[in-house]
Amino acid sequence: MNWRLFAPVIAIIVFALLWEAVVWVNDWPNYKMASPSDLGPAFWKFRWLFLEYGWDTLWRTVAGLLLSVAVGVLLGMIMGLNRTMRDALYPLLVGFNAIPKATVVPIIALLFVGAHDMNTILIAFLISFFPIAVSVSIGLSTLEPEYRDILAALGASRFTIFWKIALPKTLPEFFGALKVAVTLAFIGTNLMEIVEPHGRGLGHLFDSGKISADYPLMFAVLIALAALGILLFYVVVVLERIFAGWAERSPT
Amino acid sequence: MDKTSPAGGQTQGSEEARPVSGQPPTDALIDIRDVKLTYETKDGRLPVLDGVDMQVPEGGFVAVVGPSGCGKSTLTRLIAGLLEPNAGEVWLHGERVTGPKSSVGMAFQNPVLLEWRSVLRNVTLPLELVAPRMPKREKEARALELLTLVGLEGFERKRPSELSGGMRQRASLCRSIVHKPEVLILDEPFGALDAFTREDLWQTMQKVKSEEPFTGVMITHDLRESIFLADQVIVLSGRPAFTQYTMDVPWKGERDLGLLYTPEGTEMLGELRDQIQIAQGRAPREEGE
Repeated sequence: MNWRLFAPVIAIIVFALLWEAVVWVNDWPNYKMASPSDLGPAFWKFRWLFLEYGWDTLWRTVAGLLLSVAVGVLLGMIMGLNRTMRDALYPLLVGFNAIPKATVVPIIALLFVGAHDMNTILIAFLISFFPIAVSVSIGLSTLEPEYRDILAALGASRFTIFWKIALPKTLPEFFGALKVAVTLAFIGTNLMEIVEPHGRGLGHLFDSGKISADYPLMFAVLIALAALGILLFYVVVVLERIFAGWAERSPT
Repeated sequence: MDKTSPAGGQTQGSEEARPVSGQPPTDALIDIRDVKLTYETKDGRLPVLDGVDMQVPEGGFVAVVGPSGCGKSTLTRLIAGLLEPNAGEVWLHGERVTGPKSSVGMAFQNPVLLEWRSVLRNVTLPLELVAPRMPKREKEARALELLTLVGLEGFERKRPSELSGGMRQRASLCRSIVHKPEVLILDEPFGALDAFTREDLWQTMQKVKSEEPFTGVMITHDLRESIFLADQVIVLSGRPAFTQYTMDVPWKGERDLGLLYTPEGTEMLGELRDQIQIAQGRAPREEGE
């Protein structure tokens, strides 16, 4: 058995046992705190909704994230390659990032009433593009001049230098930021799904559980969200291995 | 400016009249005439070069030494066409340099290898720009030939991060000459290496020079390196730099490290050390000659 796969499974089992024990010791009824043993029935009862809404949450998050990558990389390029643009945009972006996104959720929800998919994707994007923009801009602006010179001396265009050197060199920073962004986008998606009435997605399922005081359902949604979060995160890890695996040093 | 007392095999630099500005150049492959350059910084104007003269014949190898921060690296950027002088001219093979040319190869103290590429594909990088239509197999064969020449055969599939400092510098050297540049510019290529590795690299450099002849300019802080490798050593003054002193090295072809410790070698090193002290604004050592 591969220990690297085995160890996290044990950690999850131990966590579930502790959770079960805490509920059992305190003798909490499941309308106060659900225990892991309540989750199985909850999942089974709403299995089709979990699949359907899980898919909604997943694709919305991924769409928001793709938008984040596109806009974040573009902003990062603008700020990383142009000093003036960096000075101009940085305070604005920092200020924007400092606004708690929970306050933006109702604004967006009221701005485009009923456009659930768009609203959700928009929040996922707004909450997650910042780390990508910052890391790409830092990666580009800290490129040692010699890297530029070896190609510039051969008459290479700015685009060639960007494509052959600056872009690949920034990939490790980019993936580091993407790992942060993927979790943030997920939070954004769920914020919107919980708030929007008559919506879809796991956030909406959570809200239904809350309204009907179905605690096991609410906890089951949380676990489903955690599972999706893990899945998305490791997809990014795999992409990082493929595209920026060279940055990982073998332990010697 | 002290240009007196050329001793032993040393002669003074170009004694013929300086070529007329704007006229076809001398037969030198690299011809730098009275070049001046001032940087505009936010603290005002910073004159860096103030009358640098330098001629390198085809196949020649000139070392440039001078105090720290005297503008040596600026000079390399001028030759590479990455900068334009405010006054004076840079000629390369009978053509005025006004921008980057693909006939230049560069290597720096920092080997700046691309970590995401194998050693082999690092070396082929200039060919992708200079000879985009060259078949991949030919590019790789050419790179492999050079890697073998510098003793890196068997490492071509490794990542740069798996190489030692000296090996990385060897790979960087291969990359700088893979496209057979007319001019090789080396900016303190061995400056970050330990003394033993550096001497190994000097030997490699000689081997490369005899197998893959090039015309080169090397910036260095190491006087022994300068006379061991170069045909001519140029001392730049402190900033703003002018050509303060030119010394021809009488040794030809492949050299032995022992030459550095002959009376001839010691005398050349002494003279260069004096010149550096003058360049730094200090008096040369007192010695009864």
